[in-house]
Amino acid sequence: MLKQCEGSHAVASAVAMCRPEVICAYPISPQTHIVEGLGEMVKSGKLAPCEFINVESEFAAMSVAIGASAAGARSYTATASQGLLFMVEAVYNASGLGLPIVMTVANRAIGAPINIWNDHSDSMSQRDCGWIQLFAENNQEALDLHIQAFRLGEELSLPVMVCMDGFILTHAYERVDMPTQEQVDAYLPPFVPRQILDPAEPVSIGAMVGPEAFTEVRYLAHAKQMQALELIPQHAAEFQKIFGRDSGGLVRPYRCEDAETIVVALGSVLGTLKDTIDEMRDAGHKIGVLGIVSFRPFPLQAIREVLKDAKRVVVLEKSLAVGIGGIVSTDVRMALSGLHLHGYTVIAGLGGRAITKASLHKMLQQAMRDELEHVTFLDLDHNLVKRHLEREKQKRRSGPMAENILRDVGVVAARIA
Amino acid sequence: MPFQPVKFYQTGTFTVGNRLLAPEERTVQANMQRTNGLNSGHRACQGCGEALGARYAIDAAMRACNNQLVAANATGCLEVFSTPYPETSWQIPWIHSLFGNTAAVATGIAAALKVKGRREVRVVAQGGDGGTTDIGFGCLSGMFERNDDVLYICYDNEAYMNTGVQRSSATPPAARTATTMPVGVEPGNVFGQGKNVPQIAMAHNIPYVATATVADLHDLEYKVTKAMGMHGARYIHIFVPCPLGWGAASNDTIKLARLARETGLFAVYEAEHGEVTSVSKIRKRVPVEEYLKLQKRFVHLFGKTPATETIARIQAMADRNIRKFGLLEEEGV
Repeated sequence: MLKQCEGSHAVASAVAMCRPEVICAYPISPQTHIVEGLGEMVKSGKLAPCEFINVESEFAAMSVAIGASAAGARSYTATASQGLLFMVEAVYNASGLGLPIVMTVANRAIGAPINIWNDHSDSMSQRDCGWIQLFAENNQEALDLHIQAFRLGEELSLPVMVCMDGFILTHAYERVDMPTQEQVDAYLPPFVPRQILDPAEPVSIGAMVGPEAFTEVRYLAHAKQMQALELIPQHAAEFQKIFGRDSGGLVRPYRCEDAETIVVALGSVLGTLKDTIDEMRDAGHKIGVLGIVSFRPFPLQAIREVLKDAKRVVVLEKSLAVGIGGIVSTDVRMALSGLHLHGYTVIAGLGGRAITKASLHKMLQQAMRDELEHVTFLDLDHNLVKRHLEREKQKRRSGPMAENILRDVGVVAARIA
Repeated sequence: MPFQPVKFYQTGTFTVGNRLLAPEERTVQANMQRTNGLNSGHRACQGCGEALGARYAIDAAMRACNNQLVAANATGCLEVFSTPYPETSWQIPWIHSLFGNTAAVATGIAAALKVKGRREVRVVAQGGDGGTTDIGFGCLSGMFERNDDVLYICYDNEAYMNTGVQRSSATPPAARTATTMPVGVEPGNVFGQGKNVPQIAMAHNIPYVATATVADLHDLEYKVTKAMGMHGARYIHIFVPCPLGWGAASNDTIKLARLARETGLFAVYEAEHGEVTSVSKIRKRVPVEEYLKLQKRFVHLFGKTPATETIARIQAMADRNIRKFGLLEEEGV
């Protein structure tokens, strides 16, 4: 059924149709609307049986989900930014224990400086935590990926993060095709845990593992993610059969056939990129875009397959590996091992800075002329940076950096280039 | 039960032997059918108060719920010594997640059991004083505040023993630990309020809070049984001497626990919905020196020139407890 609704509402509805049994909620923007929506459904009795628990921190949210999942309940929570960082110890624990929790990450920057707007720093910081990470391009895909996430996670006994851009998707009203409960039930079987805390068959979970077996346990975590590389396309195909639309999968190439330049990106920026590429194609440029849906596991082979005949690759990413440049680019480079092509890293959209078609056009033109810096910060105001560096040179007690720059920028309601 | 002649060999103590009790009042440990929730063969030190406390607490809890018990365990001695996998001492379903999240994990288990309609299965969470009063305190307070259906048991040995005897917020003043060295002007741990978690638990107005020691195992069993008869958040704080960390003889564990109570340093009481409902009276009041002298962690107080002022301050703490809780018969509430 077609419906015009907020991204968070679409996700809440999809999660509810997955019949979660325990939901833990702790407020942090921009994920709050999702758990608020679910809380209302539980309180009104529309979503039952389900326990909705208002916890005291994200660390507790993930910990309650761990306990609930280990006791055999389908468990869900949502977080973002500082919240994800606050729960990190439990995030690693959930994957280490092999508990198929599903969590929405409404992608948001990490402070300091504190910033509530979208980029991918939060979930990228957890790229090695052992969770599967799926990135949604739009609200329809966010909705669909949650349904696939429960199926995938439970089949592998691994937790799954569904990453959707904070505000850009969570707060955007878009048309979505809302599935029926019957469709979801046909796709997602009831949760049959591999391990369960049950007095009828007592087990100890979470014992210490020494050098004699630690490598094997960790290898299994890796092997399961490798299995996910096979399962994700299968699940997407089955999803299409039941729901009638193509959603999920490992990667989404767009106009990449014969492309000399391919832009690689994740999340909602793919929409702007596709529009830009359409215009550039119209102008006769051989350019395409490759969207990565599955960031963990990272589909090296699928990515190589798309990029191998290109002349240059521009990885546009909303995260920054301070001290080296890109996070996604490093992984993409792995996929291109042995191939001779120009590679560029473009850091864009940090802390919610709008990525406009105008900026993309300019940057891609430079890239096609191979005039782009290998690590480029899109729309970086060099003057602001210079001014601050000068200040530091002039004065030892130059004061707090972010506040200095804000003073230089002056009062602005919203800065959209 | 076959007849066993009564032998009054326990002269000089206040202990009532099991054989003097009616069979139904005897400790669960006296029964051949005891459940051994924490089975023998684990790696605890000789004289470990925590192992003793856990064994009695878990077996009593199992008896109270017909063995339908699940446990969440914080990182710490109890976790490490009980599960040297492939061996485990636990005869109940047991999970260890992290150091600081045990109360929340237990909340999750309780929520799952509720949603699955398994109301007969009960949940205990357990941890040491570090996992309870320090790193796990946020999750513990959250579990209390929501009144989740969990019995949380804290085994308090007054320091981080598993990592090598470092100070926790339950470490008493003047005590030597690896991070409160017996050097300087005021050797050992500083004087301060510490963190009195049973009192903080009471401030949450939860259904049941109790303290106990391994010197009064029957009292411990009674409190666990009583807690298991209730629903909602319940907290039992058990005083468990640690021979290794305290520098005490391993055969003094029970004696030290008894002296902690008889000096007034550790008040044994029960509270329901934030109000004290019963207090274990001191039967033979003793000065704190008798308790302190048995432990190397206080040895710096008893050198050539005893630290009389420091000892007096510790005595004042005991006296304050005695006043506050009415621990003496004549001062009884």
